[in-house]
Amino acid sequence: MRGKQIGMWKFIHKLGSPKWCYQLCGRLQPAFWIAAAVLLAVGAVWSLAFSPPDYQMGDSYRIIYVHVPAAILAQSVFLAMTFASVVFLVWKIKLADMAASVMAPFGAAMTLLGLFSGAVWGIPTWGTWWTWDARLTSMLIQLFIYIGIIALRGAFARPEQGAKAVAVLTLVGVVNIPIIKYSVSWWNTLHQPATFTLTERPAMPESMWMPLLLMVLGFYCFFTALTLYRLRSEILKRESRTRWVREAVK
Amino acid sequence: MRLQRKRRLTIIAGLVALVAIAVGLTLYALRANIDLFFTPSQIAAGDAPHDRTMRLGGVVKDGSVQRDPDSLAVSFVVTDFAQDVPVRFDDILPDLFREGQGVVVIGTLGDDGDFAAQQVLAKHDENYMPPEVAEALKATNSLPEGAGNSAG
Repeated sequence: MRGKQIGMWKFIHKLGSPKWCYQLCGRLQPAFWIAAAVLLAVGAVWSLAFSPPDYQMGDSYRIIYVHVPAAILAQSVFLAMTFASVVFLVWKIKLADMAASVMAPFGAAMTLLGLFSGAVWGIPTWGTWWTWDARLTSMLIQLFIYIGIIALRGAFARPEQGAKAVAVLTLVGVVNIPIIKYSVSWWNTLHQPATFTLTERPAMPESMWMPLLLMVLGFYCFFTALTLYRLRSEILKRESRTRWVREAVK
Repeated sequence: MRLQRKRRLTIIAGLVALVAIAVGLTLYALRANIDLFFTPSQIAAGDAPHDRTMRLGGVVKDGSVQRDPDSLAVSFVVTDFAQDVPVRFDDILPDLFREGQGVVVIGTLGDDGDFAAQQVLAKHDENYMPPEVAEALKATNSLPEGAGNSAG
């Protein structure tokens, strides 16, 4: 038991070393790229060609196969950034800040994709592409928080200087995540409540949610692969003055 | 060192808690404004403003839709199964509009209790199903409340 605990701490300590993390990311990367490609390809064909149409919306409901994964990722990425920010603020591990910095643009892109795909679906279904209901507005605020974090980081000449401010802003921004999640149950909204909950059966048949599950997993794998890839470049950039980087790029 | 980390963690937890309380209080104070629409019951209780643009939300009452054969004019009743509000509208309805469907209507409430609509939005619920399943459920009369009918 004690030996196992020491082994775990050793692993965490090693993870904090940029050189070791750089190598680990390189080793993990191919598996995630392949998983993402397979899941997204199978999920896309299944969801667009083989899953049944909806009885009310026909084929336009298929936008959920992009909308739902994008919206889930927009929030998951922010939670991952929050975790990294806490690790950075408490344990002063530089790598955690690097990870948070490479994740932010992807999260912003997913938020924008969620808003855009929702607007496209809203025109035929609701009869409007935008309304100031609590879900749509809180998601728009999330996009602004992402942009604010990216802009704040960009405002500092050296990444090490802005790290602390960005981490604090991320912690402030995380308050919006439960608001997004519960907006549809706390207030009257035009957006429908969640189809998937942990406690109840999905309000959707298996032939519809199976491809959706593949798409969500595919998005997660794509995010992981991209983060590993970008983290490697970020490590090289920030550690460019160390000996091992000079030797690695030579 | 360990003590310092513990202190930092406490400061972080405190910061997040303070921001959450501030935002929570703001949202609580603004709760009436964050709701997208008034329900027919709220209107019956006199909570909704008269002669000002507002939103009304509810379900289109079964058998209440009456279309004018010569124009786009349509009238229907929005209900929350407790109170009813009659609505008049003179424009294009969204595809999903049908009896039994949830709608959000933007317009003004007249002094006579009639709602003059400027725009009608259809609300989609969280249920998705293939047409065959919906047909089968309809045959046994067990389609979920407010899910409308498939003959749209």
